[in-house]
Amino acid sequence: MLDFSILTDNMDAFLEGFKVTLIASFIALICSFILGTLIAVMRIAPFKPINWIGTTYVEFIRNIPVLVIVFFTYLAGNFGGMAAGIIGLTVYTAAFIAEAIRAGIMSVPRGQMEAARSSGLTYGQAMRMVILPQAVKIVIPPLGNQFINLVKNSSLLAVVAGGDLMYQGDLISASTFVTFDTYIFVGLFYLILTIPLSFGVGYLEKRLARSN
Amino acid sequence: MFKTKKLLKMAFVSTVAAAFLVGCGGGDDAQEDKDVLAQIKEDKKIVFGVKYDTRLFGLKNPSTGDVEGFDIDLSKALAEEMFGPDVKPEYKEVTSKTRVGLLNNGKIDAVVATMTINEERKKEVDFTDVYFDAGQSLLVEKGSKVQGIEDLSKDTTVLAVKGSTSAVNIREKAPEAKVLEFENYAEAFTALKSNKGDALTTDDSILYGMAEEDPSFELVGGTFTEEPYGIAVKKGNKELVDELNKALKSLKDSGKYDEIKDKWIKE
Amino acid sequence: MNLLAPFIEVLTLDNIKFLLEGFMVTLKVAAISIVLSSIIGGLVGTLRYAKIPVVSQLLAVVVETIRNLPLLLIIFFTYFALPEIGIDMEIMTAAIVALTIFESAMLSEIIRSGLNSIDKGQIEAGRSSGLNYIQTLSYIVMPQALRRMVPPIVSQFISLLKDTSLAVVIALPDLLHNGQILYAQTGSGVTPIFTIVALMYFIVNFTLSRVARRLELKQV
Repeated sequence: MLDFSILTDNMDAFLEGFKVTLIASFIALICSFILGTLIAVMRIAPFKPINWIGTTYVEFIRNIPVLVIVFFTYLAGNFGGMAAGIIGLTVYTAAFIAEAIRAGIMSVPRGQMEAARSSGLTYGQAMRMVILPQAVKIVIPPLGNQFINLVKNSSLLAVVAGGDLMYQGDLISASTFVTFDTYIFVGLFYLILTIPLSFGVGYLEKRLARSN
Repeated sequence: MFKTKKLLKMAFVSTVAAAFLVGCGGGDDAQEDKDVLAQIKEDKKIVFGVKYDTRLFGLKNPSTGDVEGFDIDLSKALAEEMFGPDVKPEYKEVTSKTRVGLLNNGKIDAVVATMTINEERKKEVDFTDVYFDAGQSLLVEKGSKVQGIEDLSKDTTVLAVKGSTSAVNIREKAPEAKVLEFENYAEAFTALKSNKGDALTTDDSILYGMAEEDPSFELVGGTFTEEPYGIAVKKGNKELVDELNKALKSLKDSGKYDEIKDKWIKE
Repeated sequence: MNLLAPFIEVLTLDNIKFLLEGFMVTLKVAAISIVLSSIIGGLVGTLRYAKIPVVSQLLAVVVETIRNLPLLLIIFFTYFALPEIGIDMEIMTAAIVALTIFESAMLSEIIRSGLNSIDKGQIEAGRSSGLNYIQTLSYIVMPQALRRMVPPIVSQFISLLKDTSLAVVIALPDLLHNGQILYAQTGSGVTPIFTIVALMYFIVNFTLSRVARRLELKQV
């Protein structure tokens, strides 16, 4: 049987790690949503150089490992483990969110932009008031998936001493020599977060599919 | 209603699966214990678990691909002393975190990897006599305000390696200081170089290697623990321990041991 | 100060050789895991699609559990925890096993939803024209579904290639691992080493994604 004393004896550490994982994922989600939206808009902006910056960002970041980004942020920047982890995760996730948002925006018929522009709105206004509200609906399920990925990827904080759930689990298993049970408990803590999120995203996807 | 039922069903199945997993976790491993010494002679090779990231003791040289250091030379000499040229020494990378596990499941025959003998570990593995006397110390950037363990106040951060005795010790000796733990020495030193802490703590033997690698760092405050290094083998292999001790003693008597030590450790 | 100087200093023949050695390990681990997880993921995805009682539900639980765990945990678990119950592996085997477990679960989802996207009416049509269920699946549903699956499958392969880097935590001597060793050993800065490492990953993954896009365009 599982050794529950590992869980009860180290409850404080598990909970502390759980808290860090939760906070880090949440902050990274908000930041990468903002950054991702910005980049998505850059990618479809009617100005080539800005376009190009957005595209380069997305293509470069999507094709390198998130761990490389997290390590680099930690070692080259002046941040602690948790901050470096959050920044690294944000930089990485923003590229994926930008793609999701761009796909959402592209799904709104072109004619609407032209109509909005010809009725006197600026590009920015048309984007904000006409296109984005419609795009949001399509964007929500992939955003949910990115949040799940964020929670899972936040485990990378462990390799830069970020104090998250995985890091605490590592320390517990190193000090108790009971690795199997410790990691099972760590896994259960992650599932508490990710399983409900997965169900939520699945539900949204189904509802959305029905409404179309 | 239907949805709830489906969810409940899902939850039930997960519980069963979890219980199944738990059941597996409890199962004792039924691995048969074969005598390691006999196995070495049969295979004509002895596999040493050594560090790949610890300068002076065990370090992989990027240009040649060879592992070099005191632990490597010593284990090579021990193998030759014990078995002559018949048994080939081989090396496998271990870290502080992996070495006991690899030993117990037979991936390696002996650990020669800056491993401190202590009571806790004696329950897990068998140790030979002491082959090197190290002590825990601190590595800081030259000119640091930290000049010894007494300077580790609550405003300081100490870097250590997961699963090492030094991580445990430093929490006892400097309970106020913040401790960050990394996967291995390469990462811990990398973090120190990137100003992620005020000091890095581990055995002086390892720190000397880092100071040699980058002379802008130095050891301060002397040693504050005793870390006798021993060679570890899987529990219950007394014969192999005896053979290793005998070989170690004759290397010491013949002067070969000092020769190897002087080659690597310059104090 | 010349901005390129630190890069040139790092780019010695030895260092490049050392990094490429690591990259070969990355590619090898990725290639083996891609093959294995395609087989397992394809099988699991199809079995779940076929809605076989008990088997499909059981697979659903396993797949959902794995998909919702961090890969890092699965790697740690495979290498550090499984030996406690008598299953132990070399570093490289452990890395491949952990990646295969995780990526199979991800791929099976892609395959399942690809199959699901094909109109159910086609199965009925196939069945009524005299094909059995397996024949309908393999001649009618699969070929159409596969075409739709190619883009997500390729991006999953790219993810897998990137994910191999996580095995540095169990000291797999891959590209990232060798990069770290160079950084820890040479006096040179972190930026040149990490830039080169990132570029190596980028070149392979970017090429893969371009090839995938071309395939996609050809089919449309």
